[in-house]
Amino acid sequence: MTKNLRVKSSKYVDETNRISFKFNGKTYHGFKGDTLASALLANNVHLVGRSFKYHRPRGIMTSGSEEPNAIVQINPGTDRTEPNVRATEVEIYEGLEASSQNCWPSVQFDIGGINNFLSPFFPAGFYYKTFMWPASFWEKYEFFIRHSAGLGKSPTSSDPDIYDHRNVHYDVLVVGAGISGILAAKNAAKNNFKTLLVDEKNELGGSTIFENNEFNKIDNKTPSEWLKKEIEELKEIKNLEIKTRTSVAAYHQYNYLLARENLTDHLESKDKTNKIRQRLIKIRAKKVILATGALERPMIFNNNDRPGIMLSSAVKKYSEFYGVACGSKNVFFTNNDSAYESALSLYNKGINVEAIIDIREQSESKIVNKIKETGIKIYWSHSIVDTAGYKRLNSVSIMKLSNDGTSVTGNKISISCDCLGVAGGWTPAVHLYTQSGSKLKFDEEKKVFLPNQSTSDQISVGSCGGDFKIDEIINNLNQKLKDTLNINETDLDNIKIEIDQENSKRNIWLLPSDKPLGKTKPFVDYQNDATAKDIKLALREGFRSIEHVKRYTTTGMGTDQGKLGNMHALGIIADTAGVKMGELGTTTFRPPYTPLTFGTIVGRSVGKFFDIFRKTPINDWHVENKAEFENVGQWKRAWYYPINGETMHQAVQRESKAVRESAGILDASTLGKIDIQGSDASEFLNRVYTNAWSKLAIGKCRYGLMLNEDGMVYDDGVTTRLGENHYIMTTTTGGAANVLGKLEDYLQTEWPELDVYLTSVTDHYATASLCGPNSKKILKKIIPDLDLSDENFPHMSFKEANIGNIQCRIMRISFTGEHSYEINVQASYGKDLWEKCMEAGQEFNITPYGTETMHLLRAEKGFIIVGQDTDGTMTPIDLQMDWIVSKKKYDFIGKRSLYRSDTMREDRKQLVGLLTDDPNIVLEEGAQIVSELNQSPVEMLGHVTSSYFSPNLNKSIALAVVRGGKNMMGKKLFVPMENKNINVTVANPVFYDEKNERLNA
Amino acid sequence: MFLINCPYCGERDQQEFKAGGEAHIERPKQPTELSDDEWAEYLFMRKNIKGVQYERWNHAHGCRKWFNVVRDTSNDEIKAIYKMGEKPPSQ
Repeated sequence: MTKNLRVKSSKYVDETNRISFKFNGKTYHGFKGDTLASALLANNVHLVGRSFKYHRPRGIMTSGSEEPNAIVQINPGTDRTEPNVRATEVEIYEGLEASSQNCWPSVQFDIGGINNFLSPFFPAGFYYKTFMWPASFWEKYEFFIRHSAGLGKSPTSSDPDIYDHRNVHYDVLVVGAGISGILAAKNAAKNNFKTLLVDEKNELGGSTIFENNEFNKIDNKTPSEWLKKEIEELKEIKNLEIKTRTSVAAYHQYNYLLARENLTDHLESKDKTNKIRQRLIKIRAKKVILATGALERPMIFNNNDRPGIMLSSAVKKYSEFYGVACGSKNVFFTNNDSAYESALSLYNKGINVEAIIDIREQSESKIVNKIKETGIKIYWSHSIVDTAGYKRLNSVSIMKLSNDGTSVTGNKISISCDCLGVAGGWTPAVHLYTQSGSKLKFDEEKKVFLPNQSTSDQISVGSCGGDFKIDEIINNLNQKLKDTLNINETDLDNIKIEIDQENSKRNIWLLPSDKPLGKTKPFVDYQNDATAKDIKLALREGFRSIEHVKRYTTTGMGTDQGKLGNMHALGIIADTAGVKMGELGTTTFRPPYTPLTFGTIVGRSVGKFFDIFRKTPINDWHVENKAEFENVGQWKRAWYYPINGETMHQAVQRESKAVRESAGILDASTLGKIDIQGSDASEFLNRVYTNAWSKLAIGKCRYGLMLNEDGMVYDDGVTTRLGENHYIMTTTTGGAANVLGKLEDYLQTEWPELDVYLTSVTDHYATASLCGPNSKKILKKIIPDLDLSDENFPHMSFKEANIGNIQCRIMRISFTGEHSYEINVQASYGKDLWEKCMEAGQEFNITPYGTETMHLLRAEKGFIIVGQDTDGTMTPIDLQMDWIVSKKKYDFIGKRSLYRSDTMREDRKQLVGLLTDDPNIVLEEGAQIVSELNQSPVEMLGHVTSSYFSPNLNKSIALAVVRGGKNMMGKKLFVPMENKNINVTVANPVFYDEKNERLNA
Repeated sequence: MFLINCPYCGERDQQEFKAGGEAHIERPKQPTELSDDEWAEYLFMRKNIKGVQYERWNHAHGCRKWFNVVRDTSNDEIKAIYKMGEKPPSQ
């Protein structure tokens, strides 16, 4: 079975460097420079995969990134395994392993192949139609569908490789290093434009580099020889950077492009470690020159998907570039002259070409005449009506085409062959062009979509711009370069070009067979097994939009994104529906052009770099003392401090009791702090808070509630007046950045006349909250000369003091209901301050407590947490905080909205306390509240927002929002849970020390 | 990712900026004088144009200044940029 099909040494494959690799467990050999596809073909392996739906055997079809069939799993079972890789893009290296996908138990014998025989039962939309009924069965269907779907297997361990991102800026970016790209880059760089040239392949030159049509000449050389000289000269050019193995994935507006540079994929495993595997290059270019070339089209005929059926251009590339014959009995099927170049390439190497089947009536170009001289049989006006060979093509059947091309006549001729090169014409690769937002137009003569209106400074040159012949390419390129670079002369002004004129064309989107369409399988999308039949069915069923037909039939939805078959799909739709292709438009080409790995997308943002996090200056102490942490916004906050193997519940109960009984200390450094200065600072606060600020004395603190214009609570915190025109505002930890943004917005846009300056000082201060009945004694020990009497330093007031040499700001404010002090020092002294407090507090059993205890203690007092007890639909009135809303102030943010008919409704959800009838039951936060148990469906009155077991009250307490709750004091309600109904009573949300006596204790 | 020419800092990548919705919606000077409907008009009603739209943008990761941008929402082409308080260019 295996025989070597290496036919002639090639410049691009190093035959002195033999490489062994494994495919489906079997060892093969190739040479340095081979792709996995070329090496397999050299070993006469065509069957490499199974199709997605019918599990039909499939072979290598192309030689590039448009490959729909040869999709393999690389290095299966290892950390570096990668699914859905195109064998045509994998450069082989010693030790490479690859396997087929979507087949079981093997690609040779695949049980799923039975779908092929059942295919009459799997038309387009089969899944949509079949698994809809009965609706309740979907879960059962889904289980089976999920297990039979999917291509490769994703790796199960974390990726061992390093990925990188880089931002670059260029005057000119040239995408594609074929002949047009090379000439464009060269001339741009020579004219002092800082230029980047990228190409997805590892060699420059595109398809011209292995061009073999001897009738095309540039300066009396073949284009291939001439281009090699040009490539040599690139090395001498300054201002030019060249990146190979670099594929542009996305072209966004404003000439912003993303390219993936492959750095180690072609290296042996031992050379991959500790190197960057792939780099995402983020390119900003003043001008973009697209030279992305064209993709050869297949042709759509019955059973056009067998292993051994390939693009004619791929057959030529394997022969000329890799020195590999794709078959020993070759046939070509074409509608243009390019198949003749492929045939000649094989003929010149002594490989058997059995026949060329051409749907045209005749062609008289030089290359065709040359083939005629060789004696290779050409069947003019013939079409392939069927092919045979299950795992490898063994023959094609041809018949004469009718004049109108819709039917076949005469005798069926069978031609034995093992490789069929198909040449259906060329489709410009306009994917990147349209991604940029630019618009296409259809060229009826060339049957291609071409660039029309660009949205940014860009040009499309060469075959992606619709120029297919070497003279058109160079002359149009020359003019476009002069226009876009604004230069008068180029290297291309005086070159002499001779070309072989193609003089005959014929295009038939769907070729006829002697069988009715229903009995044939003319594949349009190879990867997703969508046939011309499916497309016609979609049209019969009423689909008209190309986007709908695409989704219904899955044409163009594989990993190849329909690079080969999309034009045929459009053509078949246009012909069937009787519209022009130009009117039909195309489906949207979305990034990425070729798939990107997740690694490349995330770059270095993995593990601890996934998201930034913020630590307080006291963080090290918390870590040393075994705190558990919770994330609050980007902050890591001490959550609780378990000792002796305590559970969270045990730790929190102990901490909560200790604070009320003696003393506790909390790291409050994460609270947002905004320094507010200016002669209008008081007026500004009047406008942004619901309460009045003008009369706040210097040295006093006040709690404020901030609303949105819609009247809903946005943030809260204590603000202190430090001087006549100087305040320090605190915000919630999570809301700090948004509050600053909102305040700046109003100052800059609504009230620019106010003299107010805002500075975020959150990171500048560390804050220790010293709390509990013994907090005063502890502070006295630290600052003996500060008068802490209620007369001198009452609740809600502020003092500046020194701890040793350290200046500090102390606010006597409380979020726990206990006598407490918030001590602020310059951040770098934070840990020192904390340790001093701990030392002084030792005799009072000072207990460090975390955010969970803070939440419990404030809930005992009925203090809200914005974002926990509120959710953007709660007004201050809903929170029963009418006292903080000034009736006297003419205006403040959100005031008007408090008088809208909706916000004044009595039956809005309002904040209340809830007590469980059984004091040991702790409600679940988020649990629903109802007033009836026997109703169905039952009306949901509200939900539990905060719930704890209070060690100080020795019972469970909860805050909740309940519809009309304000007037339900004492009412019995129910919290239905999965296994039981919990009886609760509506209560005052202040559960502890209702008269605030402890604040002054 | 388009580029925005901040009137204070110069041309920067879009990711440095925050969009702030429709421009030239002035906060009513006397909200209490307004009917519910009039207040709702200010509070909730915003245009969502496919085409040329006047918008507010903030250089959030830069100078933090607010300014106005005239942008074609169909292709992100920026037609004009001007400071807060300046008159919008006529269409």
